Amino acid sequence: MDDQPAIRIADARKLYGSGEAAVRALDGVSLDILNGEFFTLLGPSGCGKTTLLRLIAGFETPTEGRIHIAGADVSDDPPNRRPVNTVFQSYALFPHMSVRRNIAFGLEMLGRQRGEIAETVERMIALVQLSDMAERTPTQLSGGQQQRVALARALAPKPKVLLLDEPLSALDLKLRKEMQLELKRLQHETGITFVFVTHDQEEALTMSDRIGVMRGGRLLQVGSPREIYNHPADRFVADFIGETNFLSARVEAEAVVLQNGARVPLASTRTPGSMVTLAVRPEQVQLRPDGPIAATVRQVVYSGTDTHCYAALSDGTQIVARLQNPPSGEVGLQAGEAIRIGFAEDAVQMLDD
Amino acid sequence: MAAPPRSPARTSWLLSTPALLLLIFGAAGPLLIVLVYAFLEPGEYSGVVWQFTTEAWFRVFFERDIFDGTVSPADAHLTIFWRSLELSVLTTLTTFVIGLPMAWFIATRPANQRAIWLFLITIPFWTNLLIRTFAIMEVIRNQGILNSLLIRLGVISDPIQILYTETAVLIGMAYVYLPLMVLPLFAAIDRFDFRLLEAGYDLYASRWQVLRRIVLPIVRPGIVAGSILVFVPSLGAYVTPRILGGGKNMMIGNFIELQFGQGRNWPLGAALSLILLAIVLIALLIYVRVTTREDSRHG
Ligand SMILES: Nc1ncnc2c1ncn2[C@@H]1O[C@H](COP(=O)(O)OP(=O)(O)OP(=O)(O)O)[C@@H](O)[C@H]1O
Ligand SMILES: [Mg+2]
Repeated sequence: MDDQPAIRIADARKLYGSGEAAVRALDGVSLDILNGEFFTLLGPSGCGKTTLLRLIAGFETPTEGRIHIAGADVSDDPPNRRPVNTVFQSYALFPHMSVRRNIAFGLEMLGRQRGEIAETVERMIALVQLSDMAERTPTQLSGGQQQRVALARALAPKPKVLLLDEPLSALDLKLRKEMQLELKRLQHETGITFVFVTHDQEEALTMSDRIGVMRGGRLLQVGSPREIYNHPADRFVADFIGETNFLSARVEAEAVVLQNGARVPLASTRTPGSMVTLAVRPEQVQLRPDGPIAATVRQVVYSGTDTHCYAALSDGTQIVARLQNPPSGEVGLQAGEAIRIGFAEDAVQMLDD
Repeated sequence: MAAPPRSPARTSWLLSTPALLLLIFGAAGPLLIVLVYAFLEPGEYSGVVWQFTTEAWFRVFFERDIFDGTVSPADAHLTIFWRSLELSVLTTLTTFVIGLPMAWFIATRPANQRAIWLFLITIPFWTNLLIRTFAIMEVIRNQGILNSLLIRLGVISDPIQILYTETAVLIGMAYVYLPLMVLPLFAAIDRFDFRLLEAGYDLYASRWQVLRRIVLPIVRPGIVAGSILVFVPSLGAYVTPRILGGGKNMMIGNFIELQFGQGRNWPLGAALSLILLAIVLIALLIYVRVTTREDSRHG
């Protein structure tokens, strides 16, 4: 039983509206989210993240497809019968109830014993460090404190899965960093599966066990932050997660040829003659005299820990290299200088066009 | 330093003088007259005789037999008070039960449609009360719209007697005062954050629990305001019970009118008016208590 995925989404589709004006918010999403994992849905605005979360919570019904939670098909259950709780982006705290009453609400609705409710609520208040404010109402709390109440309220009934829709987007940067750590701690302490929505790739990379990258109602890639960052499935993922250089190339035996004619030794299993895109992270671009690609430095930008060197190939293709600064802080490059570029074979990701 | 500025307190007193005068002559004055009349003897045909007595107050609660002078409780008066209270409470409840879904419906329409719905709700309000009451009469009388419809549909074979019953008064008052309930309810629901409903369902609440634990407490100021706005005029209602209730189903308003007319007992009418006023004041006090407690809790 324990190796059942916490959530199984089978080919979920969601249309808003009908006929000509219909919006295809989800276009066939299949996904398993494992027990106890911190799973992040990442994607640009309007790609269907919220829709997928609302489908899991039960606020929307899928146009097609099924949703299983802990092995049970819940597709036809209303939200109040699903063992999941949500932390809403707006928090949606009950304004007429104290912090304590807010946190107790779910347990009361489940008909738990008074003693058990009181005990759990106290534990939750301590967990989110709100002991001094238990009697206040939400309007008497700061944004970060309201956020904690929302978390405690959703965690109190001990759901199988906690859904979080951009819970940190309303907070300022410092508080946001604090709450990121706090969320990780809470997830670790409770062992509850977290499904977290964000469009901030850095947040996704630092917090998640696994990330699902979405675009236009589809799931493009699912994997650990390392897999997603180092082996993006396509150009969109590579571009969306961190900075990336894209170089068009034609495959030959044991090498690829760039558009300006430069020959880069690179083994591949693709048929010679096919066109590919090479994706290389700026920090993997090496400036070395024996590099196969000739380029001209256009601009050198110092940024503390490293220096960004923007260069152009002979056909005008842009390429950026991120160079770690030596103790002197000077990488010794000047605009207009001719350089040679290369990269380690395993630092290049070959994407189909 | 120049001359000291006039104290703000004195200035504001001066500015509020017209309002104060209006209050004294428009509200306090007449009230004082009513208070004085309640302690005088009735004149023979009408008016009062300037002779102090508490007879009017005694007559509110007791009857003295004309022949042997024995005293008994004024059951008829108590019946009228009780009926008035009962009908006013029922009117308030009826308008609430009908008004809440109406207000909810309007508040959940797109912004550009709301004005139309609110306008429709208030149209009857611009119409003369007598005309509206006669319209209701036309609906519920024995050969009226409702009975003919039910007979034609075969639900009943003989017309139901609604007109000239307490039910008729209730229907009439609920119809007349419904806008006074819907408008404050709408104002409260309009400010309600509908995302709280999803939060409620998410935390395992049923529809009923969401209504009782989340919606009603939050829109309570609107409920209280609407209830007061309906209850107060219902208690003093005069035209509607007179026309729809016939002679039998008198309410306090009609009974007071009787004292100043055929009854020729102005002091009794004055005493009854003061009691009506007291009931209204108590209702308002409860309103203030409930709303201020709500405010302090919201901080
Ligand atoms: N209730 C709705 N009615 C019609 N269209 C909707 C509705 N909700 C969402 N959509 C549309 O569905 C698509 C996906 O929306 P969704 O809210 O899931 O995006 P998202 O990934 O959460 O975006 P964001 O990062 O901006 O929150 C969008 O094109 C949106 O306009
Ligand atoms: Mg969203």
